[in-house]
Amino acid sequence: MIKWGRFLLFLVVVALLGTLVATTTTQVASNITLGLDLQGGFEILYEVEPLDAGHQVDIELLKSTAHMIEKRINIGGVAEPVITTELPNRIRVQIASQSADQDKLRELIGKPAVLTFRDESGNIILRGSDLAPNGAAVGYDDLRRPLVTVKFSDPKKLEDVTRVNLYKRMAIYLDENLQTNPTIQSVISGGSAQITGDYTQESAQELADLLNSGAMPAKLIEKQVTSVGASLGALALQKTIYAGYIGAALIFLFMLVVYRMPGMIANITLVGFTYFCLLVLDWMHATLTLPGIAGFILSIGIAVDANIITYERIQEEIRSGKTIFSAFRSGERRSLITILDAHFTNLITTVVLFYFGTSSIQGFAVVLAMTIIVSIITNVFGSRLLLWLVVRSNMFNKPFWFGVKESEIGEL
Amino acid sequence: MSFNQQDTVIRFDIVKNRRKFFIGSSAIIILGLVFILFQGLHLGVDFKAGTRLDLFIGKEFKPADVEAVIKQSIPNIAFSPVTPYGTHQAYTRFDQTVSSDKMMAVEQGLKAKYGDQVTKQVSTVDPSIAQEMVKKAAVAVVIASIAIVIYIAIRFQWLFGIAAVAGLIHDVFIPIAIFSVLGLEVDLTFIAALLTILGYSINDKIVIFDRIRENLRTMKSKSIEDLEHLVNVSLWQTMRRSVYTVATVFFTVLAIAVLGSESIRNFSLALLFGLVSGTYSSIFIAAQIWVNLKERNMLKKKAKA
Repeated sequence: MIKWGRFLLFLVVVALLGTLVATTTTQVASNITLGLDLQGGFEILYEVEPLDAGHQVDIELLKSTAHMIEKRINIGGVAEPVITTELPNRIRVQIASQSADQDKLRELIGKPAVLTFRDESGNIILRGSDLAPNGAAVGYDDLRRPLVTVKFSDPKKLEDVTRVNLYKRMAIYLDENLQTNPTIQSVISGGSAQITGDYTQESAQELADLLNSGAMPAKLIEKQVTSVGASLGALALQKTIYAGYIGAALIFLFMLVVYRMPGMIANITLVGFTYFCLLVLDWMHATLTLPGIAGFILSIGIAVDANIITYERIQEEIRSGKTIFSAFRSGERRSLITILDAHFTNLITTVVLFYFGTSSIQGFAVVLAMTIIVSIITNVFGSRLLLWLVVRSNMFNKPFWFGVKESEIGEL
Repeated sequence: MSFNQQDTVIRFDIVKNRRKFFIGSSAIIILGLVFILFQGLHLGVDFKAGTRLDLFIGKEFKPADVEAVIKQSIPNIAFSPVTPYGTHQAYTRFDQTVSSDKMMAVEQGLKAKYGDQVTKQVSTVDPSIAQEMVKKAAVAVVIASIAIVIYIAIRFQWLFGIAAVAGLIHDVFIPIAIFSVLGLEVDLTFIAALLTILGYSINDKIVIFDRIRENLRTMKSKSIEDLEHLVNVSLWQTMRRSVYTVATVFFTVLAIAVLGSESIRNFSLALLFGLVSGTYSSIFIAAQIWVNLKERNMLKKKAKA
């Protein structure tokens, strides 16, 4: 007896998935950032050294330094740099833009930006860390020349210092560069001071931003600067995606011809799988690199394989003379262990690769691990659920629908 | 499995002929080793330390003139011929890392000759970093292999683990050997391809071992003949699946290799070699190594008894 309810449920699930994929794929795909190796750009590898020789570089210092680097790059106006910390002491900065000014960014990042106020004998009397949050701003002198005004968080401190050093010079240094060396004419009580120098509007703004972002918490040593040509420019990417479509069409056709009804379900779940992988990539804010695409291709292979293993098994069981439903049950059950073992072994590999590999290998591992997990959900359990609905609807209980000829069926 | 084991059509006795496959694979591996030893690998920039200099000259220029300027500032470091590209741009590569003040001197020299519009972009690969990258990848793969052996030892038997890893080494080595023989460039994407091959190959071996494991429970495997028959049956039961799976992945990657961007062609080629090797070795190498190991175990036990 045909059970329409189950078939209807199957149609609803497929229709929902179809609508979701059709309406949101373009948006999801466009949200995914392409990595350095796909877009072109450059990469700088820094080694982090503590400011004081006595201190050690730990994960906290690395993180705060990386955070500061990100702030600095934002000052330079570059979108979405990828900054990764690598233990024990490295920070990798990737800027996937071919138009970014490499030299300027390197200078911005490389500046420690330690602001100090020193008295006549060179003692440091005030520091950049005494500044109020966002206390630096661009101002103008009487001749409309740009200068930088700084506001201290504790006006009392500046007042005391200026009282002690009244009529003496107070030098303002940025790192070891003297910016200005004014004579203190009066006790400053408002907590504001000015840094004058030969600034343009732009450089004054940059200095103010630098001071607001704070000093670099560690010393950075450039180990490697690499410019990367785009291996997949817009055109090349288009071409490769097109090639991917053809490849997918071949898989779809193959599955339909060889496995028929289950093959169609495999195709539906494969579409779902690809869609959910893109979605998760988007959620993770992951950057897609070529090794990442490699991981994706592998996982599609594994996902297709999971379906082929199951359907081959079901065909075997049908040939042995079982009914469609019991063939489906035992085929599913027997193939499950195989598929899960294969998935888990690969998952273990990704964990090891992530733990021991360098950044590009980690990119591969992350994408592969994510897609394997998605694949278990969509291609193992999702496809089983759909196939169960269809089998239980009793509409397709001829061996033909499973790609088995009646003549191949043996006696039980 | 209680049904058609005995009916499984064995179209070709793979196990009996395993020696031939061992010899065939050994021959390819030895040939590959010879090529790698004498010809080496055509390493891409990722793996060689040095400095790449990209120049924007901004007007017509002769590469020879640019080379002369570079030679003047950096007399004792060899560099590749200056190659023009794009509009008024050129690049060259130095065999060693070049300090930035020397590069500045080059820029000054070129500015004096061609005008102030000349700009440069310098990228350096520190030798230690390049070596470390390869080393880390290799270490990661070795540790991953150990983890695989352990997992398979727990889920299966540890002889399967050994056989699987032997197959993996085979599959990773074959594309390297072919790349050496054909003189194709090896860069970072090649490592990604090798990792992909590794993953595919593991998957393939597990599936076949799983069928052997399943059949071990229900079929006779006391004598060597029984064991060989069991493996033959298992291989032929999974043959359709093996061929179908590799075919789907193979044609997808082939489409990317032929129709996709040239810049990842080497990557797709490595994948193609690895896919074929992976499927081949699961059936004809890894499973057969397991037969060898298992038989030796059986003989040892017999000798003891």
